[in-house]
Amino acid sequence: MILYLGKRVLAVAGVLLVICAVTFTIFYVLPTDPAVHACGKTCSSEQIALVRQEMGLDRPIHEQFAAYVSGIAAGRDGCAFPCFGYSYQNSLPVWDLLTDRMAVSVSLALGAALLWLTVGVLIGVASALRKGSALDRTLMAGTLASASVPVYFTAMILLLVLVQYLEFLPYPDYRPLTEDPVGWATNLLLPWVTLASLYAAMYARQTRSSMIETMGQPYIRTARAKGLHERTVVTKHGMRSALTPIVTIFGMDLGGLLAGAVITEHVFGLPGIGQLTYDAIFKADQPVMLGVTLLAAFFITVANLVVDLVYAGIDPRVRYA
Amino acid sequence: MTALLQVTDLRVTFAAGTAVDGVSFTAHQGRTLGIVGESGSGKSVSSLAVMGLHRNAIVEGSIVFDGEELVGASPSRLRALRGSRMSMIFQDPLSSLHPYYTVGEQIAEGYRLHAKASRRAARERAVEMLADVGIPSPRARVADYPHQFSGGMRQRVMIAMALVCEPDLLIADEPTTALDVTIQAQILELIKKIQEERGVAVIMITHDLGVVARVADEVMVMYGGAPVEHAPARQVFKTPGHPYTRGLLDSIPRHDLGGGGPLQAIPGSPPSLLTPPQGCRFHPRCPIYARASAEICATERPAFIAGLACHYPGAAT
Ligand SMILES: Nc1ncnc2c1ncn2[C@@H]1O[C@H](COP(=O)(O)OP(=O)(O)OP(=O)(O)O)[C@@H](O)[C@H]1O
Ligand SMILES: [Mg+2]
Repeated sequence: MILYLGKRVLAVAGVLLVICAVTFTIFYVLPTDPAVHACGKTCSSEQIALVRQEMGLDRPIHEQFAAYVSGIAAGRDGCAFPCFGYSYQNSLPVWDLLTDRMAVSVSLALGAALLWLTVGVLIGVASALRKGSALDRTLMAGTLASASVPVYFTAMILLLVLVQYLEFLPYPDYRPLTEDPVGWATNLLLPWVTLASLYAAMYARQTRSSMIETMGQPYIRTARAKGLHERTVVTKHGMRSALTPIVTIFGMDLGGLLAGAVITEHVFGLPGIGQLTYDAIFKADQPVMLGVTLLAAFFITVANLVVDLVYAGIDPRVRYA
Repeated sequence: MTALLQVTDLRVTFAAGTAVDGVSFTAHQGRTLGIVGESGSGKSVSSLAVMGLHRNAIVEGSIVFDGEELVGASPSRLRALRGSRMSMIFQDPLSSLHPYYTVGEQIAEGYRLHAKASRRAARERAVEMLADVGIPSPRARVADYPHQFSGGMRQRVMIAMALVCEPDLLIADEPTTALDVTIQAQILELIKKIQEERGVAVIMITHDLGVVARVADEVMVMYGGAPVEHAPARQVFKTPGHPYTRGLLDSIPRHDLGGGGPLQAIPGSPPSLLTPPQGCRFHPRCPIYARASAEICATERPAFIAGLACHYPGAAT
């Protein structure tokens, strides 16, 4: 088990290194010259050359890459561990930018995840247990509609109705959880609902089909033949199996969202990783882009690992394979 | 002898049609009733009705278990009987066991519910049951998962699970179909042994007359959702009364039954549930009808009299 875990962690590190190399190469071959951006509009070509030298951009790519990676692993002079370089825009350490923004994206992702998981699974199970009923058809029509609406549209409608007309909620303005928990929740409510309405719909549909399949399994009949209460049959025997595939997609979705929900953050003006990504792309801020790419890759690969471990915990056939 | 279970004129209707109509039989303590028939003849539907396990079907007629009418009984009453006084084992033991729970948990579950036993007592009981059904080193295996057992051992686990609350009735729905021949024999022996020790009434469902020959005291042959013949096992094998029973006997290797003759499959296929044939349901495949082309076979459904539903009783032997 320890050995397995060690191997998997090494594999994660390997994947991250490869992603890092690929991203690095892509940025290297891009036509935009980072020195021009870093220097500013009024720089002369001599100044740019100087900046280029200072940034190490005149060195061969493998040297630059080695310097970058060792900076992440151990820091380098003047740039504390873990060093992801400095933003071209404001010369702040990329790591500090990432950590500052992380709280926002994590708040957004976790809150929304809790919401969509609960709602999605409840709808899915209810639909599955009353397959073909009016309730099932209504819920499924609703989820189909909800899943087809783009995030920015949902966001706009919610803002218009709840904030503009009804003045029921304030316009989202992020507050740190540690300073103002109530403000944190009320301001994140709309973004949570927006994101969750999309994911909950997809989860409801997944849960429904998985649950229908499971409830038709012979072992469910066995459970009923034991005289168990239908409630026990559904939860202990049905949902236990039916939700296993949901765990997988949940891990992946959450991993992806932790590294920023670009559209949602942008629409609601939330200063998260997604917003940082958005700005970095438009300003060709390569160190930041590299940083957010690696962060996303990190979350996704780690989520993958966690999902596999959780899976082995749920399904003994995987554990003993 | 009063019957433990008395089923009278059972009728089970799904949205798609009536699967079982006019089924009557009894089960007695310490005895085995064999229910035989081709796939789709309504064997499982009948037995699931006894267990009260139909969810989307209308069940009519009468099912009296130990003096209590079960048709129309409340769900909670049926739950109280299921798994405690009547149990069922199924064809495919792997898919009938939950893959995520240890066999110990699955055996103990029903015991905890019905006997109100503690976790620890139920676990001890599970070990005991595993030993009873012949699983080696039960104390170690109680913590194993179904996929870690062989097919025969899994069916033993199913039997342990069914018997954990000492039921009076055990319904075995093709318990050996998914197993190879030597294992089949072992499982049948086990069921027989358990029956002798505990005096349970057994309903053995199968499409294999060889299985019935081994274990049954009495046989009910079903065709198209209704019984066509019902008689003591010995009589069914010696002097089958219905041409369908005759056909079934001719279609199995008879060496274990002491017979001989060439193997013959029954021509044609079982009737459809949606559009059953007029008259006797067997007539399109019946050699008597083919020979005599008796009008009555195609127009009138034969009544079930003296254990036989045929317009030409005796013609089959
Ligand atoms: N839940 C159901 N809904 C609709 N029709 C059903 C249902 N269960 C069984 N049937 C139909 O009832 C008929 C009898 O089925 P049953 O399962 O009792 O056959 P069987 O004799 O047990 O056959 P087998 O040897 O294949 O197990 C079949 O035509 C089947 O299609
Ligand atoms: Mg069957």
